[in-house]
Amino acid sequence: MDPRRDPRGALVRPYAVTRGRTEPSRDIALEAVLSSNATQVAESRFAGHDKYRIATVCEGRAQSLAEIAAYTRMPLGVARVLIADLVADGLLTLHTAAPAEGFEERMEILGRVLSGLRRL
Amino acid sequence: MDFAGYDPAGSRQSRGIVSAKIVVAGGFGVGKTTLVGAISEITPLTTEALMTAAGVGIDDPSKVPGKETTTVAMDFGRITMAQDLILYLFGTPGQTRFWFMWDEIIRGAVGAAVLVDTRRITDAFAPLDYFENRKLPYVVALNRFDGSDLYEPEEVREALAISADVPLVMCDARDRESVKQVLVTVVEHAMIRLQAEHGRGFPTPVG
Ligand SMILES: Nc1nc2c(ncn2[C@@H]2O[C@H](COP(=O)(O)OP(=O)(O)O)[C@@H](O)[C@H]2O)c(=O)[nH]1
Ligand SMILES: [Mg+2]
Repeated sequence: MDPRRDPRGALVRPYAVTRGRTEPSRDIALEAVLSSNATQVAESRFAGHDKYRIATVCEGRAQSLAEIAAYTRMPLGVARVLIADLVADGLLTLHTAAPAEGFEERMEILGRVLSGLRRL
Repeated sequence: MDFAGYDPAGSRQSRGIVSAKIVVAGGFGVGKTTLVGAISEITPLTTEALMTAAGVGIDDPSKVPGKETTTVAMDFGRITMAQDLILYLFGTPGQTRFWFMWDEIIRGAVGAAVLVDTRRITDAFAPLDYFENRKLPYVVALNRFDGSDLYEPEEVREALAISADVPLVMCDARDRESVKQVLVTVVEHAMIRLQAEHGRGFPTPVG
């Protein structure tokens, strides 16, 4: 089944899928993007249905935490815990949110976003 | 097992896709979702977080027995600018009582656009108060609803006590070019602010 259409998200007790854990093992920004390749998706089958759904959503197209939560219909906090686990287990690749420190680094990103907008 | 695309060197660490975020704030019905939808490459998506009815974010509803929980929804869009650069646009929840969610949304953002409907100007007070007390660069965008062109932008600036260094622009949230201009103004303002802070030798935390 297409994990994006799985209606279970709305019915299951939200934190049951994380076995009651509410603290992610690392902080993940709403806009931080994650991706998976075919190997990671195949391995994630053994990590449980919900983690497999997440890995599947990110295959071949990087998706943010917010997108993953929306497509899988998981509350944000639940998706964050499961994603942090997947990253820790090497089953998802976490990319970087825009740097918050460093004048040059921040200017460079702002400049790239600006020219990206102007090109639209 | 399918090893297509197996990439032992690159698969377990970041291949360096950077994502940035601009926040679209404002009261209920001011045109946030319309603005995001006008420029996003995906139909705006909605994601939900669990909170107590009082608007406090919670991680575990079972830990607050008796307290009513509610979900707060926010919507967002996406613009893939390059293979390694994605811009996200996040709308704030309309109800300003969900401050917890606003704080999470603005964390790490490039900047924000506060949408104002000049027919309901008092709705802008709470969002503007919020941004005045944060370090995040923001601009004010007057959304052009029918009957809203009774006011000159400078009249609105005075009525809302928007300081002179905050850019004020007119926009039509339904129009892609207009929305693009609002976002360009946000980024340019963020660059000017960052440059100024750097010139004065201040540290420049975000959020
Ligand atoms: N005339 C006009 N209507 C608009 C404009 N922007 C939004 N609307 C309409 O106003 C209503 C509320 O907009 P919405 O984007 O849902 O507001 P939100 O609550 O801030 O997300 C919708 O019916 C829109 O079609 C605008 O610039 N001009
Ligand atoms: Mg909306």
